[in-house]
Amino acid sequence: MKVLNCPLNGPRNINEFTYGGEYHPMPDDWLVDSREWVEYVFFHDNAAGVVIEWWCHTATSYWFLAERNTITDEIVRTFPASELSHSADKDLVS
Amino acid sequence: MPFGLVKFGLRKKYPARHQFTPACDLKKHYDVVIIGAGGHGTAIAYNLAKYHGIKNIAVLDKGYLGGGNTARNTAVIRSNYLTSEGVTFYRESVKLFKNLSNEFGYNVMYENRGQLTLAHSDAAIRSFRWRAEVNQHLGVRSELVDRKTIGQLVPNLCLSEDSRFPILGGLWHADGATARHDAVAWGYAKGACQRGVELHQLTAVQGIETVGGRVRAVTTNRGRIECGCVVQAVAGASTVVANMAGIKLPIHCYPLQAMVTQPYKPILNPHVSSPHLHVYLHQTSRGEFVIGGGSDPYPLYNTRATLDQKETLSAAVLELFPFLAQARILRQWAGTTDMTPDYSPIMGLSPVENYYLDAGWGTWGFKATPICGQTMADLVASKRVPDLIKPFALERFYRNQQINEAGATAASL
Repeated sequence: MKVLNCPLNGPRNINEFTYGGEYHPMPDDWLVDSREWVEYVFFHDNAAGVVIEWWCHTATSYWFLAERNTITDEIVRTFPASELSHSADKDLVS
Repeated sequence: MPFGLVKFGLRKKYPARHQFTPACDLKKHYDVVIIGAGGHGTAIAYNLAKYHGIKNIAVLDKGYLGGGNTARNTAVIRSNYLTSEGVTFYRESVKLFKNLSNEFGYNVMYENRGQLTLAHSDAAIRSFRWRAEVNQHLGVRSELVDRKTIGQLVPNLCLSEDSRFPILGGLWHADGATARHDAVAWGYAKGACQRGVELHQLTAVQGIETVGGRVRAVTTNRGRIECGCVVQAVAGASTVVANMAGIKLPIHCYPLQAMVTQPYKPILNPHVSSPHLHVYLHQTSRGEFVIGGGSDPYPLYNTRATLDQKETLSAAVLELFPFLAQARILRQWAGTTDMTPDYSPIMGLSPVENYYLDAGWGTWGFKATPICGQTMADLVASKRVPDLIKPFALERFYRNQQINEAGATAASL
């Protein structure tokens, strides 16, 4: 059993969680052209290494972020979205 | 030729004959550098050498010939897809597969066994009727079958109505087949090497030099090579390699796990899959049941296997074939699938002028090997994108013309 440490519910079996995709700041859809928007929607980094990604604890519908190594599958840390440094995204989730 | 055989038997020495390029240094320049010596890479090299007379080719692989997803797939060949682009493309691939052993003079053990996809819900029946209509319209043999016919096609399948998800019907695809996956790569590599193509194993590409929007050279752990053009056919490493050329791809890498049981006498002829239970299986010519399912629930660049997935696959397979309860698992493994958002491949031109893409093969790469070799070689030789692969261009994402291939994986609806 692989354990993911939920910031709200504590350590739980990873089966209780849903992967929500890579974290990357959303561009302002009023300012970007359609090519940039397509890249935001489809063209992700898919990096081999430590990445930040969205996860959701399915049972409680709680969304948070995790730093995970996509080569070793090691979860470095999990943290609530309010800790994001990106100011625009902070506004979105606060 | 019995006389030839006698002469051969009476010889004193039997020197080893090299089927592939013996170890040699890299040349300074190649007309074509193909990154990835799996089925796709070797098939492209073979077609270029045999049909286009382009022989100054290097096929590079960081590992060994056919050691990536070519060795890890579950060797299913079929063309019962849903979109007209997909069905037409894979239909041509199945045609080439049928003649592949003759083409090579090398047995790839192609077996036309048929494929049965099971429906456990009304929604699946509706979707299968749609697929059958599209397939028949495009000349692919698919038909909706009832429980009685399923019982005749697969007598040992559990058709009980007391099960968790009773089987309501199925999609029978008479063109479904299997082949020895390693032999496909070996056959292509052998044919290519005989015609002068160089296969360089344990040669990892570390960088791609571009000047003015064109590739000039490729740097490897064994030195730098200049090249006329580059084709990348690296499946799970697609994002990483494309990044070296400054190209971004809409791909996510997920592991796909599979396993085989101990061998049994031949009792299951067709390939059986259940999208609802997320499982598919067939019995190999060695007698083992090869069992696969859906991809892992989150991305990973790793071919580790998990007990969770083994449990899920086993539980699903026992609902279909309860007699396998006593079977032991002999081997298990995983491959890194390069999934695209629309479940269709990315083939053809890239933003770099002489750099060609053969990526996004997710869970549908093996069955496309022969047609991929043919069309990509046509592209490299003529610089014109063949009609068959035009819809799969990377540019389709920017035009919002994705090809939503809902029939892409044996375990999808």
